[in-house]
Amino acid sequence: MTTDTPTKTPAARGRGVRQGPVDAALGLAGLAGFLALVEVVPRTGLVSPDYLPPTSRIAGALADELADPAFWTALGDTLTGWSVGLLIATVLGVAAGTVISGVPYLRRATASTVEFLRPIPSVALIPLAVLLYGTDLRSTLLLVVYAAFWQILVQVLYGAQDVDPVPDETARSYGLSARARIRHVVWPTALPYVMTGVRLAASVALILAVTAELVIGSPGLGARIAVAQTSQAVPEMYALVVVTGLLGLVVNVGARAVERRALAWHQSVRGEVAV
Amino acid sequence: MRRALAQVVFALGLPAVLFAVWWVASDTSTQVYSPPLRTILTAFGDVWTGDRISADVLPSILRLLAGFSVAAVLGVAAGIVIGSYRRVRAATEPVLEFLRAVPPPVLVPVIMLFAGIGDTMKIFVIASGCVWPVLLNTVEGVRAVDPVLSETARAYGLRGGVRLRHLLLRSASPQIFTGLRQALSIGIILMVISEMFAASNGLGFAIVQFQRGFAIPEMWSGILLLGLLGFLLSVLLQLVERRALAWYHGLRASRRQP
Repeated sequence: MTTDTPTKTPAARGRGVRQGPVDAALGLAGLAGFLALVEVVPRTGLVSPDYLPPTSRIAGALADELADPAFWTALGDTLTGWSVGLLIATVLGVAAGTVISGVPYLRRATASTVEFLRPIPSVALIPLAVLLYGTDLRSTLLLVVYAAFWQILVQVLYGAQDVDPVPDETARSYGLSARARIRHVVWPTALPYVMTGVRLAASVALILAVTAELVIGSPGLGARIAVAQTSQAVPEMYALVVVTGLLGLVVNVGARAVERRALAWHQSVRGEVAV
Repeated sequence: MRRALAQVVFALGLPAVLFAVWWVASDTSTQVYSPPLRTILTAFGDVWTGDRISADVLPSILRLLAGFSVAAVLGVAAGIVIGSYRRVRAATEPVLEFLRAVPPPVLVPVIMLFAGIGDTMKIFVIASGCVWPVLLNTVEGVRAVDPVLSETARAYGLRGGVRLRHLLLRSASPQIFTGLRQALSIGIILMVISEMFAASNGLGFAIVQFQRGFAIPEMWSGILLLGLLGFLLSVLLQLVERRALAWYHGLRASRRQP
C-alpha cells in the first residue's frame, strides 16, 4: 500500500543475508517438530491412533499409495479437472473483463450483477451438477469454472480501471488506435491484476476440483479420500490429505513463479528481487 | 435527481433484464431439470417459510457464525504472535504454508473422525478452514507495521495492551479484513459441504434431500437461497469493514488526490 519503503542501512541488509540460512534451519526444525509431534501424540495415547495415526504409519500409507497405479490415475483426473477448468475460466474471465471494461456503459450496467453473482458459493451448484452430469468430469468442471471465473473477471475489471490517465491520454493524442491502446496501455496496466486473479483462481480451482470429487464422487483424489473414509482406512485417508496439501503447495509456488516470470518487467517484481 | 435515477437504472437494469429473460425463456419449459422460474419462486415461498427457517436456515447460519468467530479470534491472536517474533515466524512458516495449502473440504472426513457428525464437527470444520486466510493476512499486516510508528510507540513507552490495541491491531486491520473476507467465502463453502456430508438439518442437507427426491423446483429454490445468503453476508461484512476502516479509506482517498 505505502509506496515509501524505508531505505535499509547496509548493516541491516547484511544481517538479512546472514539470517537466510538461520531462517531455513528454523523452518526445517519447525517442520521436524510438527512431524515428531504427530508421531508422539498418538503413541502416548493423548489422541487415539485410530483417529490420528503416527507420522510413520501415514508415511507408510503414502508409500503404498505411490506404488498404486490407481492413485496416479486419480491424481491425473484431479489435475485434468483443475487445469481445464482454470483454462476455461481464464479465457472467459479475460474476454468478458476486456469487453466489459472497454465499454463504460457496460461496466456500470454489469457492476451490480457481478457483485451479486460473485459471492454465491459455487458448492450451491453441486446438486445441479449431479443432476446434469452425474459423476462425470463435467460436474467438476462446472464448479471449478464458476468459482474461478469471478476471481479473474473481477481482477481484470480492477486492472482496467487502474489505467493511468496520463499515458492513456498521451496515446490518444498520438492517435493510437483502440487496438494499439489496449495492447500498449491497458494491457500492461491490467496484466499484474490478471496475474493476481489467475493465482487466486488456481488455488480456488484446486479446492473446488477436490471438493467436487469428494462430495459428488467424480473421479479424482477427492473421491479416493471419500472411499478411504467410508472404508475406515484412516492412514490412507491422511496420506491422501497430505497429497492434496502438497498439490496445493505446488500450485501456489508454481503460480507465484509464473507470475514473477510474466511480470519480470513490472515494478512490484523488480522491487521484490532487489530486496 | 437525474443522476440518482440513472444510478438506480444502472444498478437494477441488467438484473431485471436477466430475470425477465429467465422468466420468459423458462416459462413454457417442460424440461425436468430447468423448471419455469414461476414454479421455482412458488416453491421458494412454500419451502423457505416458518418451520424450515428455524429448522434448517438458522442452524446453518449459527454454525457458520460460530466457526467464523472462532477462526477470527484464533487467527488474529496467533497471527499477532507469529507476526511479532521473527524466529517464531521462521520456525512455523513451512508448516503453516503446508496446512494452508490443504484444500479445506478434505478436512471434513478427518474432523468427522474426531468430532463425530454433530454441530461440533461442523463448527470445527468451518473454523479450521477459515483460520488460515485470517492468520496469514494478520501475520503480513503485523509485519508491515510502519517502522516509524513502531519506533514512535516505543519511544513513548507504549507497551502491552495499549501497543496491541492502538498500534498492532490498528495497522494490521486492513489486512485482517481482507483475511476475513476470504474466510467468509470459505466458511460458506464448508458450511454447505459439512451439511451435505452428514447432517440431519441445515441448508446443505435440505438441498441434497430435494435433489435426491427429485424435487427440482425446491432444489432450485435452495440454490437461490444459498446465493442470497452468500450475497447478504458479504454485504454485511462490507458494511462492518467500511465502519471499522473508515479512517483507512479516508487516508487512501486523500492520498490519491494530490
